[in-house]
Amino acid sequence: MPTFEQFRLPDAGEGLTEAEIVAWHVAVGDAVTVNQTIVEIETAKSLVELPSPFTGVVTELLAQPGTTVEVGTPIIVIDVDPTGTPAPAPAAPAATAAAGSGTPTGTTTGTTTTGTTTTGTTSPAPAGDGDAGGAVLVGYGVGGHAARRTRRSAGAAPASSSAEAPAAGPAAAPASAPAPAPVAAPQAPATPPSAPDAGRPARHALAKPPVRKLARDLGVDLDSVSATGPGGIVTREDVLAHGAETEPRTLATYPGDDSPWLASGAVSPDGRETRVPVKSVRKRTAEAMVASAFTAPHVTVFHTVDVTKTMHLVTRLREDREFADVRVTPLLIAAKALMLAVRRHPEINASWDDAAQEIVYKHYVNLGIAAATPRGLVVPNIKDAHRLGLKELAESIAELTGTARAGRTTPADMSGGTITITNVGVFGIDTGTPILNPGEAAILALGAIREQPWVHKGKIKKRWVTQLALSFDHRLVDGGLGSRVLADVAAVLANPAQGLVWG
Amino acid sequence: MSTPAPDVDLVQLLTPAGELREHPEYSPRIAHLDAGDLRGMYRDMVLVRAFDNEATSLQRQGELGLWAQSLGQEAAQIGSGRALAPQDYVFPSYREHGVAHTRGVDLPDILKLFRGVDHGGWDSDALRFHLYTLVIGSHTLHATGYAMGVQRDGLVGTGDPARDTAVVTYFGDGATSQGDVSEALVFAAVANAPLVLFCQNNQWAISEPTSRQSRVPLARRGDGFGVPGVRVDGNDVLASYAVMSEALERARSGGGPTLVEAFTYRMGAHTTSDDPTRYRTSAEDEYWRQRDPIDRLRAYLTSIGELGDDFVAALDAESAELGRRVRTTVRAMGAPSATTMFDHVYATPHATLDAERAWFAEYEASFEPTEQAQALDRADERPTVGEVAL
Repeated sequence: MPTFEQFRLPDAGEGLTEAEIVAWHVAVGDAVTVNQTIVEIETAKSLVELPSPFTGVVTELLAQPGTTVEVGTPIIVIDVDPTGTPAPAPAAPAATAAAGSGTPTGTTTGTTTTGTTTTGTTSPAPAGDGDAGGAVLVGYGVGGHAARRTRRSAGAAPASSSAEAPAAGPAAAPASAPAPAPVAAPQAPATPPSAPDAGRPARHALAKPPVRKLARDLGVDLDSVSATGPGGIVTREDVLAHGAETEPRTLATYPGDDSPWLASGAVSPDGRETRVPVKSVRKRTAEAMVASAFTAPHVTVFHTVDVTKTMHLVTRLREDREFADVRVTPLLIAAKALMLAVRRHPEINASWDDAAQEIVYKHYVNLGIAAATPRGLVVPNIKDAHRLGLKELAESIAELTGTARAGRTTPADMSGGTITITNVGVFGIDTGTPILNPGEAAILALGAIREQPWVHKGKIKKRWVTQLALSFDHRLVDGGLGSRVLADVAAVLANPAQGLVWG
Repeated sequence: MSTPAPDVDLVQLLTPAGELREHPEYSPRIAHLDAGDLRGMYRDMVLVRAFDNEATSLQRQGELGLWAQSLGQEAAQIGSGRALAPQDYVFPSYREHGVAHTRGVDLPDILKLFRGVDHGGWDSDALRFHLYTLVIGSHTLHATGYAMGVQRDGLVGTGDPARDTAVVTYFGDGATSQGDVSEALVFAAVANAPLVLFCQNNQWAISEPTSRQSRVPLARRGDGFGVPGVRVDGNDVLASYAVMSEALERARSGGGPTLVEAFTYRMGAHTTSDDPTRYRTSAEDEYWRQRDPIDRLRAYLTSIGELGDDFVAALDAESAELGRRVRTTVRAMGAPSATTMFDHVYATPHATLDAERAWFAEYEASFEPTEQAQALDRADERPTVGEVAL
């Protein structure tokens, strides 16, 4: 019957892990003989011609010229018994094993996996000869890699008895020899063992040294990276992808973002503590805050201001038919005031590009609004807020906060912010020293607005008073600039008519 | 391109065109060889080359970790190897497949080392052919020490041809830059050791040409040490045989060491990890291809009518069969038992080693069977159809 053999890319040098296919010297349907040159590959060291290990007919070429292939990957399928009669229906489990080799070409359907191969190519057993390990030192499949072994549990070990028998060496040795898995073993298991995919969960991550170094450089914990490499090894791409996910500035999503993080806690045996894995919004918040607090030197300036006129404006607007279907709040006026201040001091709307050693001044404002949600703090932003009129701004804020509270804020909503407002006042708090949203130069905190005794026109009156705080990145914003920005915001809140002057 | 330096004679008995040449000193040393002997040399060279090519293919197919080709150096190796007496002892480096063949090593056994399943591959004591040494030049000192031992055993200069013993060490041009080789020359010279230092100058120490190894011909390297040197055409199997015979005779008779420089060429790569096209020209390759050691002897045997078609056909078949045997033998080489690592540490029983071996065996036994083994176990435990029916 047709018997298909796969030829795996060998290590043509010493310790090479991959090679590029330069050109095939054979095509599907060609007859080949042992040691006939079939393909030219280029390794890091040299251009090498590979001879065929089999005599037969080429059934499939599994790697295209120009592609880089990892050592151990099958690159060609050769039918070493092309004149034989087609096989009867192949064993069912074996069919899945052919997944890597694609569809059979040109020959009887379903025969790709029939026959026993001398190089053990069709068995997906995790302890296969070479592909499972991933760590190639020289050649591959030489003697077969022993499968990962586990120690016997203490009680079951026959160790103590053999210790008493000094001559136990020879007796114990054959049983313990690391399963040589001879290359020519004729009886691969008929059905692949259905053991769980060995090594993927709950094991220390497997990775090559350069990948380990990359992970260390990026501060990525290898054990937390999901592995896609052969045999469950973590590849360079896996690390980079994971690094991108956890990069605070990209504000990527996490699996589990949509589930409450507290629900995943484990209560200590005495019931006095709950340990919750740091993930989801909490994790992102922590990363963003750490990244911001320890890269940007923060300075916060404060200003207490009489916002009675703003409160009157809010009251009037709420009665305005044009604003009938939107919610008008002091936050809206504060947002507009900040837009006006940015317009007068555009240098505040910037970010520090540490890699390029440049300051990036933004000609647009993406206004971030910190929103408390059931799942934690999120900071979506209003794109091009500088173009919006008061009503549009109100609509945008309403939409943004509604989306956030519903837990539907997308990463795009949260990326690209240029300046942020946090409304701590909703919690009845006077003020705070907010931490910058990473990548931004300033954040405005709006405190609680209370009726307080205030000197107004020479007399002590009951006035609506609030405290404003502005934190800024002192690398690119000097105290003077930050103070002027805050003063401008305060001026508009104290007298919204000033907006007409500056608008 | 490397060409012979003019200031040292090159012993040559067979020209590249395959014409026999008279040499007053060395021609008598091959006078006893008949056509059958020459065909034997030819056969050896062809078989070793077939083996070498098969091993190269096997490395390219992932069956060997590495391979160091002897391609082009067959004459130097077969000629010198055939001059050895049974009691002589050889310390090779790692490219002496031809010499190994003349010492009776079964060629596939060499590949155990290159497949990584054995530290050696043959009984060095029985074959009087030491294990390959990968460290460059270090074994020239081992050979010198061994030769001094032979000397102290009284196996030199007795006049008994079955008893007098020479020791040979094979190394390359690159090794001459190692301090070990100079030390070997010092000790061999002052001890008058029965040693032949056989240097195959194949022109390249990986990518470093001989011109950057020495300012004098390597054959003259021994002068300052007091070791006589001779340069022989290493692609001439007859000259290699003759020069080696003389050097061995000097050693066995108590005449002391000789440095032989066999001027040859590594027609292949340094190893399968090397790409010689990066550092040498195709013109140089072609120059040496014209001096192929096998072509030369074939031309001579043909010219004297001693290379019959039957012989050639039989040799072709034998080469192909050797290739097949090498291939199947290598593929069947399994991993060694882990405890074999203890086997050759000491020549005699050793208490500490025995304890370590016992501990290791126990440690190995403490592991669960591998998943493969478990899978096989499960297959055994699977109920039969009859049992299920019950």
